[in-house]
Amino acid sequence: MNTELLGIIVLWTFLYGYIIVASIDFGAGFFAYYGKVTKKDHLISNIISRYLSPVWEITNVFFVFFFVGIIGFFPSVAYYYGTALLIPGSISLVLLAIRGSFYAFSNYGSKENKIYLFLYGATGLLIPASLCTVLTISGGGYIVEKNGVIEFLAEKLLTSIYSWSVVIIAIISVLYISATFLTYYASKAKDEGALAILRQYALFWTVPTILSSFLLFVGLRDNNLHFYQNIIDRYWWMFLLSFICFLIASLLILLKRYYGVAFLFVMLQFFFAFFGYGAAHLPYILDPYITIYNGYTNETSGTMLVIVFVLGLLLLVPSLLFLFKLFLFDAEYVQGKK
Amino acid sequence: MELDNVTLSRLLTSMTLIFHIIFATIGVGIPLMIAIAEGLGILKKDPHYTLMARRWARGYTITVAVGVVTGTCIGLQLSLLWPSFMRIAGQAISFPLFMETFAFFFEAIFLGIYLYTWDRFKKPIYHWLIILPVILGSTLSAFFITTVNAFMNTPQGFTLENGVIKTVDPIAAMFNPAAPSKTLHVIVTAYVASALILTSIAAIQMLRGKMTDYTKKGLRLAATMGLIFAVLTGVTGDVSAKFLAHYQPEKLAAIEWHFETEKGADFILFGTLDDETHEVKYEIRIPKLLSFLSFSDFNAPVTGLNEFPEDEIPPLYIHYLFDIKMTFVGLIISMTFLFVAFSIKKKNWMHNKLLLTGLALTGPLAMINIELGWMIAEIGRQPWILRGFMKVSEGATTAKGLGSMFWLFFALYLFLGIFCTIVIRKMFIHNPPEEELAYRNKK
Repeated sequence: MNTELLGIIVLWTFLYGYIIVASIDFGAGFFAYYGKVTKKDHLISNIISRYLSPVWEITNVFFVFFFVGIIGFFPSVAYYYGTALLIPGSISLVLLAIRGSFYAFSNYGSKENKIYLFLYGATGLLIPASLCTVLTISGGGYIVEKNGVIEFLAEKLLTSIYSWSVVIIAIISVLYISATFLTYYASKAKDEGALAILRQYALFWTVPTILSSFLLFVGLRDNNLHFYQNIIDRYWWMFLLSFICFLIASLLILLKRYYGVAFLFVMLQFFFAFFGYGAAHLPYILDPYITIYNGYTNETSGTMLVIVFVLGLLLLVPSLLFLFKLFLFDAEYVQGKK
Repeated sequence: MELDNVTLSRLLTSMTLIFHIIFATIGVGIPLMIAIAEGLGILKKDPHYTLMARRWARGYTITVAVGVVTGTCIGLQLSLLWPSFMRIAGQAISFPLFMETFAFFFEAIFLGIYLYTWDRFKKPIYHWLIILPVILGSTLSAFFITTVNAFMNTPQGFTLENGVIKTVDPIAAMFNPAAPSKTLHVIVTAYVASALILTSIAAIQMLRGKMTDYTKKGLRLAATMGLIFAVLTGVTGDVSAKFLAHYQPEKLAAIEWHFETEKGADFILFGTLDDETHEVKYEIRIPKLLSFLSFSDFNAPVTGLNEFPEDEIPPLYIHYLFDIKMTFVGLIISMTFLFVAFSIKKKNWMHNKLLLTGLALTGPLAMINIELGWMIAEIGRQPWILRGFMKVSEGATTAKGLGSMFWLFFALYLFLGIFCTIVIRKMFIHNPPEEELAYRNKK
């Protein structure tokens, strides 16, 4: 395997990690606010805050990591996307900033403040909506280079059905991933009240998840045919596996059994779909301007980044496991006895 | 007045950095202070110190949150505002940027653990051990990110062909000549500023009449550490001067209004400059000191500004910033020195109102100095973004809409600043240390 491919796989894995942890976090913010509005917060807010408290910051770092990594491996990304996305990028940044800080403010400061909770809940949906448009843009057609000037066709993006279907699937996936995880967490905490509600949320979002995925395929066919063909011809099996994982996960939750395994299958469902999508997208990072080959950094830097990344993982994975051992897999902590 | 993209990009970047650096500085320095307090608590079996560590850590989480989000802002703004710069420099600086993220990730994980495990270990020393990776992580991230700034001042480790980087040696790029002096200075000053912020908080409490054992211990610990670190800063400042004299003489010369290359150059503090004639008036002039500070030799020649083309000379007003900075350094060192001297020899003078007022000022003064230091460093590099290779004017984005983005971020920082202050104040005022101690003893 060449280092270009290795680099993009490393980054894609990180982005996948971010999507999972951030979805749990974004969705939890929304459910916390929704719970407050529907006056069910006494049942679920405890579970949500016990999980979120120790990990929110890590979620944010995942994002920065991916971002720094992609600039490192593929410096042209900074040039094209940086120029084109000044305004949408800045708005996403402001949303992320509001979310991160207001979570800390409400969690360590005043717990009962409704405004903080609203900002936290609302940004939880707006951020994935705005970030996922970058994926749409990467498919090509929204950034054009004319005589060396890079232009972003914002209007075209905002009026494209395909782009909005990506937004919808992103929001739905966030809620689905989050609900299935929190169901598992509540079952682990033996909190029957919270479990019942969260399980309902999880089941509620199963059907929309799969429906919106089909919508996405239709949109993709109209938007970028060779990308769509790639999926159908070469990577159909990834999406099939994804669908099977989805069925298993939903079934387990429906049967009220093995919530942990169910969440594992949700993770696999998104793993196959996300990597299938990514593989079909190759070699483009920005269709048609940047590919993983022409946008690649020089060989020395690339090799070094890969080495550093592997060494870093050796350091981070044990630390993360330690953190999870203390907070996720420690039954007494989860149950609120510590 | 219509501002161009270069000016707007600079303004927006400056604003983000001015805001971020406050929280970044606290982020690097406070963990060390927390570790010292918790360690003292364990050593002396004194619950006051343990409580101090606990409370500092709690306030710290709020500042870390703001530091994280503003750090994310500057990280992305580098690409959004300076895409052309990042396309060239990105290849060389990606390594330290990557390492910085790792160091921060490491810190974040252990900070999360530290905050939520106060009562979970049988031996308190185990909990104390968790703060060590936090210190390591925050100090290393300061180190890595500062090497990036150092690289902008003394770029090396790459070859350019037609504006495109051909070969890169990331290690050489990272350990560029500016790296040692800059990283050392940034880290040590962060320790000073953090200790002095804590000094200020304790002093203000005492001025408001809270003369308790808790505040007294807190003040003494923070002010003593502040003095120790401040003295160390003198050493790192000296290293910086020597570095500048060797590698970036135009910056040193601009700070010092040193025009003619000469042996036995004088050190200039204060004064005013005539823009036309370059005549310096009303200054304090110490003969031959500049030569000595630059090369440890009173007769060494120091390069003057006249050696450089006119369009490659940094703005000369940085001398005034330097004057203010040095004045504040003097004030800080004398205040903390008096306090520490009294705390050893004349204990009943320690909590004199006037001295407490002075100590209350040291935190803000130190923070202003951090800002001034960065301004001198950044303005002193002008007109370059990558010294010798790329000017600031060539690096900025060509995108439209920068003006409104400036105001968007202005509103964000204002909002964050206000709420952060409110939350931290509430956190501590509603929960005074004495009550918290009583509550914890009961448990």
